[in-house]
Formats: sequence, C-alpha cells, structure tokens
Amino acid sequence: MADEMLATPAGERIPTVIADDVHIVYRVNAGGGGRGSATAALSRILRRDQGQSRGVRKVHAVRGVTFTAYRGEAIGLIGTNGSGKSTLLRAIAGLLPTESGRVYTDGQPSLLGVNAALMNDLTGERNVILGGLAMGMSREEIRERYQDIVDFSGINEKGDFITLPMRTYSSGMAARLRFSIAAAKNHDVLMIDEALATGDRRFQIRSERRIRELRKQAGTVFLVSHSNKSIRDTCDRVLWLEKGELLMDGPTDEVIRAYEKETGK
Amino acid sequence: MSETTHHGAVATSPAPPVEDDLPPAQLAAAHGLTVSGARPGLADYVRQLWGRRHFILAFSQAKLTAQYSKAKLGQLWQVATPLLNALVYFLIFGLILQANRGMSTSVYVPFLVTGVFVFTFTQSSVMAGVRAISGNLGLVRALHFPRASLPVSFSLQQLQQLLFSMVVLVAVVVAFGSLPTWSWLLVVPALALQFVFNTGLALIMARLGARTPDLAQLMPFVMRTWLYASGVMFSIPIMLRDRPAWIADILMYNPAAIYMDLVRFALIDEYGSSNLPAHVWAAGLAWALVVGVAGFVYFWKAEERYGRG
Repeated sequence: MADEMLATPAGERIPTVIADDVHIVYRVNAGGGGRGSATAALSRILRRDQGQSRGVRKVHAVRGVTFTAYRGEAIGLIGTNGSGKSTLLRAIAGLLPTESGRVYTDGQPSLLGVNAALMNDLTGERNVILGGLAMGMSREEIRERYQDIVDFSGINEKGDFITLPMRTYSSGMAARLRFSIAAAKNHDVLMIDEALATGDRRFQIRSERRIRELRKQAGTVFLVSHSNKSIRDTCDRVLWLEKGELLMDGPTDEVIRAYEKETGK
Repeated sequence: MSETTHHGAVATSPAPPVEDDLPPAQLAAAHGLTVSGARPGLADYVRQLWGRRHFILAFSQAKLTAQYSKAKLGQLWQVATPLLNALVYFLIFGLILQANRGMSTSVYVPFLVTGVFVFTFTQSSVMAGVRAISGNLGLVRALHFPRASLPVSFSLQQLQQLLFSMVVLVAVVVAFGSLPTWSWLLVVPALALQFVFNTGLALIMARLGARTPDLAQLMPFVMRTWLYASGVMFSIPIMLRDRPAWIADILMYNPAAIYMDLVRFALIDEYGSSNLPAHVWAAGLAWALVVGVAGFVYFWKAEERYGRG
C-alpha cells in the first residue's frame, strides 16, 4: 500500500518539510549529577570560570540532518534509544529551537500527543475539552467531535468513567483517552511518536485504522517507532538516525534491512 | 563539540529526483515554505493569543479546580483559605502586635484583610509567573501555542482566586460597619488595573524564570520584603511619621501600595481620600500600562527560545 503514495496525481512532487543542516543542542543544568553537592556548586560559582562549565552541560542531540519530505509521503524514523528521533520531530514541529540550520515547513506541523495538557485531577470530560483547546480546536469543533472522541476511546464501555477524574483510570484507559483526544484533529503535517503501542489489542487495531485515516488526510506523516512491523505497515520511506546523524535515507525495505543487520535482529 | 560534517545522507537508492537539485533554502522559497518555529510579528502574536482565549480561560479554570480536587471539603477551600489567612494576620498584627496605630478596630480589620488579599493577588501572580514556562516544559515542548498563553492564564487563575477572596472580604467589611455604597464599584477598575499590572509582571518573571529556574527559590524572599514595605498591615504615613517624607512617598507610590489603597478607599467608609497619595488613579493606570505593555513585549522577544534545555 505504500507505493501508490509516492507521487501526487499531477506527477509533481511538492515539498512539505525541508530540513537544512539542522543541529540541536540541549543545555542541561547538571544539578545533583556528579560533583553536585552544595559546596561543589558554591565553589563553582566562586571560581567564576567560563560560563559553560558552570554546571551547564551541552548535549548535541541532532548533528547536521538534511532531508526533504514530500506531500503524500509517510516517513518512518528509526534508530536506537537516544539517537535523536524525538528531538528531530520536535524541531520540525518548531517546538525546539535549532542551534544552527533551519527547518522549513508548509503550514504548522503538529505532534500527535496532548499528554502534557491534560490534568489527572480533572474528569475525563473536562480533559477532552481542555486537550482539544490546547491543540487549537475551537469550542464548536470540540462539541461536534466530543461524542466521537469518547466513543473511540471506549472509556464508557465499562460504566460512566468519563465523569470521573483521570487519576482513577487504569493506565491503559488513560492512554486510550489521550490517544483519542490527540487523534481527533486533522493535520497538514502529522508526527506520531510511538503512539501505536497503547491500550489493549482491540484498541491497537482501532488506533492503527485511525492513523491510516489521518495519514490520508494529512499531507505528510512522520512516525517514530521501535516496532519495525508498524514502520513497514505504514511507511514508504525511512530515515535512520544514529547519534544524531542521518545514517541512511531511503525506501523502507532497504533501510530496515540494513538497520536489522546492524542491530543484530 | 565534534564537527563531523555529515551533510545529507548516505542515500542507498538514487536520490529522489528533486526538481533540479535546488539548495534547501531556495527550494523552500520556491514552494512558499516558512521557517518552522520562527517568532511572529507583534501584531500577529497578539492575534494568535486572542485566538487562544478559550484555551487560556479553560486552562486557568482547570488549574483552579485541580488545586482542591483531592480535599474532602473540595472547592470550599477556595473561600476557607483566604478566610484563615486573614484570621492569622489579624491574630498576629491586630491582637498581639497592635499594629493598628492611628486606626480604630472597625477600620483596621477591613484595612488589614483588604491589604492581605490584594497583595496576595500580586504575590501569587508573580510566583506562578516564574514557573509558568519552566514548570510546564512538557506542554511547551509538545504543543504549539503562543507561549504568553501560560503566564496570562496563570494570572487569570489568580484573578479568579481573588474573586473567591472578595466574598470573604465583603463579609468582613460589612461586619465592621461599612455598608455597600456606590463607591464599591470603584473596586472593579482598581482590580482591573492591578490585573493588567500583575500580568505584565508575570510575563517578565516567566521569561526570567525560563532562563533561570532558581528564581523560584529566590522570589519568596523578594516578595516578603515587598509585602512588609508596602504597608499591608500598617499605615505607611503614620508609621513613618518621624522619617524624611520621601521614604513614605516612595513606599506609597509602589504599585502594590497603590492598588491596596484604591481598594481600601473604595470599600471602607472611614478610609477617606486623605489617606491616599495625590493622583493615585493616574499612578495606578501608569503602573498597569507601563508594566503590562513592557512585560508583553519583553516576553514576546524570546518567544522562539522557550522550551530549550
């Protein structure tokens, strides 16, 4: 199913995301780590050595990544833990500033996920509204889709849970509700960070179907996953990141085969 | 940092036929792509923020509700907390320290309670502002919205908190003999000005706190100093009678003192205009406009940098 997405009907390929030599550096206040005792911190301040070494450590997470994504593509990001996949996604979404280099996008790419906006002490009902507003939906849009979101999550299948605080949900239920809220909005450029592996088997099938729908509506989809199967099922192109560098960029089969050979699977 | 230049990728298949291999920047320009995460212009920014007004309001209400959702008495604490606060201050300053110099009890108690509530409004806006970005990095790194939504939302939460306190305040004021009059309506413009001032201050603190989270540890001391210097529990002109006049003037024109005096003047019958510095409304307006506008612009200037490390 992947191949027919490669070219637009007109035959011309329209770029939606262009990454031009992107570097991303995190600055971490390494408080508590290593020689992080109070006296060590004090002596560091008193010594007043060059700003950088004063407890601030730099983590160069993405190093010079360049690629162009086109409309209709579904691109998988693979790589071992800490290789910079999620960081790169956030930079594409404009959520993390780049150290140097630029990301050009068509419209506003969005990350699939609203976890951070939801509050465990509020009812599921209020979280649906809050999450929708946080993603930039209008009150009317949320009202229209409210029932769909609740039905999709299946939260109410075992009683009226949507009017209870989210902290009373099981972890699976909470994950299902989060995915349902996040997947309620249509996006131009959609980025999914390992969202497929939530909930029970029945919900996984339902969410995979929903992602395929979102993919059809979205211009371009990025998927970060450690499951080579879900990458094979959804993506037609794969970027392989390792230590923040783009190691390989090509058709799914080729890259995954090389990746599996390298990681010994 | 190692500078291994790994431009582009080791493409294993023939590179996709990019139309005439334009450099990225030109290709982007040719198709009208824009830089992701660039800071919008000031007017655009205001428009985006206005577009998010429902989120800002919902977020502030959600925070307010979540605050007491685990307590047995629930939302009753919204009113009980300020009431207990006022009681503690009355016990210490009214009964034990007798700080009511120059005021009868019927003026001093409402004077004190008003001062505590109005100052708390500014204090908690500042404290919430410091953590607005640094305490919500998850949100900032996951979703796209004008970042000013957070500090604005937090000071809106404090405004709603203050409205609960006003219920207590009205009860106290009436209990000590000031009955409702038309002058009570002056509370609305006074608190509106204070809200604008607080929001500006919260925006400034949010940018500072995003860079230096340590401010959250420092600010309680700054705020306590400000509290004691603003005449929350004593009358500045009476307390500083024997000192040079300029000291009292500076203290009285500080924004916290101005807004407290405006609300006291509006609510308490016997607290007449003689207790207020000259041009008090103009001072309140000036503080609100200057800090409000400056805070907004200052926050906006760093918009694209929030959320980094």
